[in-house]
Amino acid sequence: MWLRVEGHWAWYRRYWRSSLYSSGIEPLLFLAAMGLGFGSQVEAGAATGGHEYLHYVAPALLVAGATMSGMGESSFPVLSGFKWQKDYIAVTATPITPGQLLGGQMLWLAIRLGLSGVIYGLVALTFGAWLRPGAVLVVGVGVVTGLACAAPVMALAAATYDEGRRFVVMFRFVMVPMMLFSATFFPIEQIPIGLRWLTWISPLWHGNEIARAAALGGSDPLAIAGHGAFLLALLVAGVLLARKLFYRRLVV
Amino acid sequence: MARDGEGDEREPHPMVSGKALVKRFGGIAAVAGIDVEVRRGESFGFLGPNGAGKSSTMRMIACVSPRSDGELRVLGMDPETDGPRIRARIGVVPQLDNLDVELTVRQNLQVYGRYFGLSRAHVRAKAVELMAFAELSDRADDQVEPLSGGMKRRLTIARSMVNDPELLLLDEPTTGLDPQARHLLWGRLYQLKQQGVTQIITTHDMHEAEQLCDRLVVMDGGQIVAEGSPSNLIGRFSTREVLELRFAPGKQDGQITRVADLADRHEVLPDRLLLYADDGEATLEAVHARGVRPVSTLIRRSTLEDVFLRLTGRSLVE
Amino acid sequence: MRTMDTTQRAPGLVLRILPFGRYTRGPGSVVERSMRVHSRTWVIMVSGFAEPVVYLVAFQIGFGALVGQVAGPGGQPVDYVAFVAPALLAASAMNGAIFETTYPVFFKLRYAKVYDAMLATPLGPVDIALGEISWAVIRGGAYSVAFVVVMMGLVGSPFALLLVPAALLVSFAFASVGMALSTFLRSPSQFDYIRLMVMPLFLFSATFYPVSVYPDSVRWLVQVSPLYHGVELMRGLAAGVLDPSMIGHIGVLAALAAVGVAATSRRIGALLLG
Repeated sequence: MWLRVEGHWAWYRRYWRSSLYSSGIEPLLFLAAMGLGFGSQVEAGAATGGHEYLHYVAPALLVAGATMSGMGESSFPVLSGFKWQKDYIAVTATPITPGQLLGGQMLWLAIRLGLSGVIYGLVALTFGAWLRPGAVLVVGVGVVTGLACAAPVMALAAATYDEGRRFVVMFRFVMVPMMLFSATFFPIEQIPIGLRWLTWISPLWHGNEIARAAALGGSDPLAIAGHGAFLLALLVAGVLLARKLFYRRLVV
Repeated sequence: MARDGEGDEREPHPMVSGKALVKRFGGIAAVAGIDVEVRRGESFGFLGPNGAGKSSTMRMIACVSPRSDGELRVLGMDPETDGPRIRARIGVVPQLDNLDVELTVRQNLQVYGRYFGLSRAHVRAKAVELMAFAELSDRADDQVEPLSGGMKRRLTIARSMVNDPELLLLDEPTTGLDPQARHLLWGRLYQLKQQGVTQIITTHDMHEAEQLCDRLVVMDGGQIVAEGSPSNLIGRFSTREVLELRFAPGKQDGQITRVADLADRHEVLPDRLLLYADDGEATLEAVHARGVRPVSTLIRRSTLEDVFLRLTGRSLVE
Repeated sequence: MRTMDTTQRAPGLVLRILPFGRYTRGPGSVVERSMRVHSRTWVIMVSGFAEPVVYLVAFQIGFGALVGQVAGPGGQPVDYVAFVAPALLAASAMNGAIFETTYPVFFKLRYAKVYDAMLATPLGPVDIALGEISWAVIRGGAYSVAFVVVMMGLVGSPFALLLVPAALLVSFAFASVGMALSTFLRSPSQFDYIRLMVMPLFLFSATFYPVSVYPDSVRWLVQVSPLYHGVELMRGLAAGVLDPSMIGHIGVLAALAAVGVAATSRRIGALLLG
């Protein structure tokens, strides 16, 4: 499993510039544009829990960034491992099992999400985006939320045999709406009550709630435990499903 | 075309004529000054090993690669200025299939026809006809990717026929195909020749050149080293028969000095001796009479391979 | 092969009936290929219509409620949704155009060798460039119409109809630049560089808030952004505030389109006609 991570690391050293950009710098650009630029038009009020918009949006943007990059990294790149580059097939010709391969993939993703989160956190600090030391935990929330969303996508990739058009549909109908309607940019109360259940099932919303609690304080521990349980359940279910499908695809 | 006598009136010039034709990439001359002329209705071959300059020549004739020097006329026109007009009247089968993998078999033919500006109705009918020609009618609406190598090649050839070309350029048409698929393709190309389509074929397979070409040039290192019909070349540069002698490993050294004078000419290859003679049987008896005992012997007719060996001192297929 | 025999005479016939220039229609046949390819993926095409709707709803119920009114074109205050919608249209025209001319073009150029096959026919590099760019514009144009229809429901200015041609211009400009850039890419991982250029344009071209938010020292930087010109053009049109500066915006976009087509044709020629 570690070998798998090492292999990725060798790749990352070659492409770190472009890949660091998409997972680390992009959320920062969002923070600058939305937190500072758009935020300058927003009055702190009830909608933002009395906080400045920058403080309101900064933790959620880290989690949302981790989610998008987790899902993105688990779609075409994983399908490529099965189908185009076929490096998964090469790897499982060695004593490494499909389960270990999946574990390596998840571990590698966790490292990258953590690294991007730390970079984001440090730069956001210079923007004055963090209010309490508890904000450190937001990186961890980002990693867990990102992994929880990534695991089902890896399962989907393992069950994809065509050119992966379904990912385009997934990005459009799952990822983008999730990004917009998970209380990332505005509170759930603004979503019509009839549609709010969609937010409730969004893992990103659960992540955002925990992240805000860590960064801004003042939350109900029971609610946080509930959000955490939802994410962990999704993560475990996703990994189990992906594991099953990795075996089905690689052990013939 | 010759049937109604129009072709000759309209085109007194050869299909292709090149003089001192040169193609340089950077400082290296891939084609180093060749003279070549292809006449209407013939099948003309470029024979040579990989890197001899065959494909570069083909790309110049196909008007997708400007010449570096010399003169070139295709269908009487200059590729430099009349590229699109020439390409409208030729068909190209590239070395590697570049079928459109996003389209079906039928769509490949139809869409390609549309690139020539042919009408929708025309290409629709043409596609049906060409699929029959390529024996792909039952795969008409399948994707291209799962087809076998031979089927893809046949489709590529069918595609090159969509504009009813007067001149067909085939760059290694059967490389990488199994013998059965090769024979099927040769049959199709022969059929096209019967219909009067001029063909230019590159190959490093002397058997293919003998099968398909009326006339050919042997290329090596960007230059033409010989020209003629296959039988003419064999007559000029080889004997009627060849005697091949194989010895046990390590036993070949020195043997040639004992038998060299029995043949018109000889070649020493790493794994065998070749004795060129008009009567192989008689030569073999003479070899045996000298007390030379190879582990195996073979008497065969001379081929273009022998011509190539004679001209360049190297075997054709590495 | 009876049929082969009858058509054997066709080329001579066709050539005599039609002068060459009239019977090849260059870029059109390249667009036709794309239409055939995408006739099987219409579900994805249709799903593209949903995206702007999702964004507009998010801005209507979410961002709009946070902000209220901002300073629109000509300085008069406008609702935030009316302010952001034209900019979103410009941004989605850009994103669509870039998407359509980057990965698909790279695939056809480097892997599938579709353009090599086209160049063996009477088509030339300019036909390929114009055909592929036109397809991106046609596809983006369809989305723009859908967007404008939804937007008119939210904003309700009849000027909004003028946004469709403006969106086509933005598509054209970015499609041609996107395709030109794609010809320089060597491996798929380099697509991140294109994102590196596009994402800041998307976020910082006065898309989500007025350009006055920026300090004077960086405002010129925003004004260099080609998307900024698209955004300003559309915002003005949507508000019905016509201004001579629009001619400048149109000029910038048109120049970009022209440069992109020329650069794309040159690059395809240089890469494939060696």
